[in-house]
Amino acid sequence: MKRLLSLKNVVISVAILILIWQLLFYVSSYDKALFPSPKMAFDALVEMIVSGKLFENIKTSMYRFAAGYFSSVIVAVILGLILGRLPKVFQYINPAVQLLRPISPTAWMPFIVLLFGIGDVPAIVIIFIAAFFPVLLSTVAAVGNIDPIYLKVSKNFGIKQPSLTWKVILPAAFPQIANGIHLALGTAWIFLVAGEMVGAQSGLGYQIIDARNNIRADILLATILVIGLIGILLDGALKLIEKAILRSWGGAE
Amino acid sequence: MYIEVKDACKDFVQDGKRFTALDHVSLDIEKGEFICLLGPSGCGKSTLLNALAGFEKVSSGTVRIGGKEVTEPSLSNITIFQNYGLLPWRTVLKNVELGLESKKVPKEKRAEISKKYLELVGLSGYEKRYPKQLSGGQQQRVAIARGLAVDPDIIFMDEPFGALDAITRMKLQEDILRISREEKKTIIFVTHDIEEAVFLADRIVVMMADPGRIKSIVKVPLGAHRDRTSDDFLYVRDKIFELFNMKTEGFIEYYI
Repeated sequence: MKRLLSLKNVVISVAILILIWQLLFYVSSYDKALFPSPKMAFDALVEMIVSGKLFENIKTSMYRFAAGYFSSVIVAVILGLILGRLPKVFQYINPAVQLLRPISPTAWMPFIVLLFGIGDVPAIVIIFIAAFFPVLLSTVAAVGNIDPIYLKVSKNFGIKQPSLTWKVILPAAFPQIANGIHLALGTAWIFLVAGEMVGAQSGLGYQIIDARNNIRADILLATILVIGLIGILLDGALKLIEKAILRSWGGAE
Repeated sequence: MYIEVKDACKDFVQDGKRFTALDHVSLDIEKGEFICLLGPSGCGKSTLLNALAGFEKVSSGTVRIGGKEVTEPSLSNITIFQNYGLLPWRTVLKNVELGLESKKVPKEKRAEISKKYLELVGLSGYEKRYPKQLSGGQQQRVAIARGLAVDPDIIFMDEPFGALDAITRMKLQEDILRISREEKKTIIFVTHDIEEAVFLADRIVVMMADPGRIKSIVKVPLGAHRDRTSDDFLYVRDKIFELFNMKTEGFIEYYI
């Protein structure tokens, strides 16, 4: 019943969005090639699906996303677990992190393109940067916040590294690390599009630029919708994985 | 002597003020004894326990167990904490197996030993539960089983029943007394509850605060089976009360 209700909410919400779009389409004085109706965007979507172009680009983007995001999460978590245990070292690293963190990953873009050229790498690097800092900082904080009694017990029961990290520190810190990983997913997905708009000749971000160059606003808007949809699906998938891990560790309610 | 504390001092600096937690404390404990460290908060009883268990070092003096200086915690001296210290992401059985994993006991043997000790503390059938599905008393039983599973020589208990309700506490006191006899462990038990100390201890180490020191050591002349309502019990309890009621300068806090 709850599921049905939420489905109803989704339908109503999307319907309102389309309705507003349709209204704007009626009142706008723009050429309909520049400001298409929902129907036109939907037709463009079908056209892209039929031609196979959409799935080609989704595949390219997903590959870049997966490569950038997962490598970033793995590196950031490992580094965070180490630095979290070495607060004396981290106090020298933290200022540099705080300096780099507020820089938008897109600001690095021209530099990355200069170094690596156009292609997969710039998008992957952008996603890596976007996901890296939130995961690193949440992991360091999570390790620092571990209840000292777990470490006392571990010491008493002779648990030494590397078991200590695997058996105690990671599970104890996981809920907070998961927060960072989750936050980073949204950020990384946002910057994928930015990365592909500047540094690639394929993928969903490039498809937007390509549609603009061909003055196909219908394709442009359809692509935007697809990007939003995939973002929601990724978020949902991550929530499921998180729940599964927490459940296997007895942490879920 | 098995456990030997000689002239141990421990100073802390708290908010810029020097604070003496242990002031020239000396204490000898024999193997198999049940010792209660009894005193008000700030008397250094937990500090002494932490020094014995290897979690803290004394500022001066020596702490020896079996002739060897204590420098770090060890699998042969297990500490039971007031807030249990169970790992919430592990099942009850896996929690009890924790120390056995470090001892490289094979998997099946681990489960076998753990089940045996869960039975000893009365928690058979709870193996697959998670700690938060248990009551406080049950969680402390799991912690006791986890400690016993590695077959330690000494068990340190730091106000282990302090967070439990009165009835549960009495039940656990009876169980720990029974277990200490059956398993023949040396137990050092920190408490601020006079009755608890009289019920459990072979000897009670009465401590005073500011500076933390041993006031006296009282042998409890009660047998293996203790009755909280018997005249002998009440007599010993009154003796301890008297010790705390004596005019000690600057000593106000006591526990009834």
